[in-house]
Amino acid sequence: MSYSKTEKNVLALACVFALFFAFPQPAGAMHIMEGHLPLVHCIAWGAVCMPFLAAGTISIRYTLQRKRRLLILLAMSGAFIFVISSLKIPSVTGSCSHMTGTGLGAILFGPAVASVLAVIVLIFQAILLAHGGLTSLGANTFSMGIVGPIFTWLLYMLGKRLKLNRKANIFIAAALGDLLTYCVTSLQLAVAYPSESGGILASAAKFLGVFAPTQLPLAVIEGLLTVLIVMGLESVAEPELKEIAFLEAK
Amino acid sequence: MGILVASVLLLILVPLFVLKGAQFEGSDGAGSEMVKEVAGGEYEPWFEPVLETLIGGELPGEMETLFFCIQTGIGVGIIAYCFGYLAARKRYSGGENAQGQLEPEQSPA
Repeated sequence: MSYSKTEKNVLALACVFALFFAFPQPAGAMHIMEGHLPLVHCIAWGAVCMPFLAAGTISIRYTLQRKRRLLILLAMSGAFIFVISSLKIPSVTGSCSHMTGTGLGAILFGPAVASVLAVIVLIFQAILLAHGGLTSLGANTFSMGIVGPIFTWLLYMLGKRLKLNRKANIFIAAALGDLLTYCVTSLQLAVAYPSESGGILASAAKFLGVFAPTQLPLAVIEGLLTVLIVMGLESVAEPELKEIAFLEAK
Repeated sequence: MGILVASVLLLILVPLFVLKGAQFEGSDGAGSEMVKEVAGGEYEPWFEPVLETLIGGELPGEMETLFFCIQTGIGVGIIAYCFGYLAARKRYSGGENAQGQLEPEQSPA
């Protein structure tokens, strides 16, 4: 059955409203703060990030050397993270949170590059803003720079395979990637602070209960913003998008 | 496209108007609160952010807003410049062939 444009819009808005009114619980959701993870965990998460950061750096270097015209897309993907992750957005739960902005980089360049872009922003925020932290950099990079983008990228590729409408595909991939970032953050905190009575799982449920409801509407916003910027890029950056095989070359 | 922008604005503004009296606390609150709760009682972070060590205290709210604004500004500046460049390129370029492919770059052979 094929929906008319208005019907699709109404359906989308209805879903958004459902997501957004369904969880009335105040909480804040952010990166893991400085000094809130045990040292061992900090080192472990940092180590896990290394392969991805290495792959991303190599990929970016290659782009710098051989495909300079893609620099503009790369710069915009990084700048997108700068903008999106700096905005504190109020949520229906009565608190506010940040979005990640890594969906664009993940969709255009893949998770490895997205991880490098994310770590740059995270370092900036840790040093200049005391938001997130240097000790928790590994953990935050893993959640925001690696797992989120991997999930976004996989969803996008899957959507492409299923021939989903591109905008819908981007929206779903970016929104769910954002959400997953915070789920991973909850898990990281749960692993560091297992609850006395229920262990890691109970702790995870508690943290998820804090982060996820606040993040839901923000994930939707991130999805929408990612679609908007891709629409802009499709209009003026066609050659570059074709070169990264985002658009099919004719 | 209009509906996307409208949806974003709605999502951001409705909480502000619907939830009267909400403080919209951010992170420093709930994340640390949760950790304290789960860790059972008091939790002392074992490392202070470098900035807080340097200035000897917590970053004042207004300064934090300034730095966040700077971050947003850097990002928006880059995005706006790039879009401007690309839009101008599209409008004034006579060098694109009909399929929108770039001319092959002149490389020092």
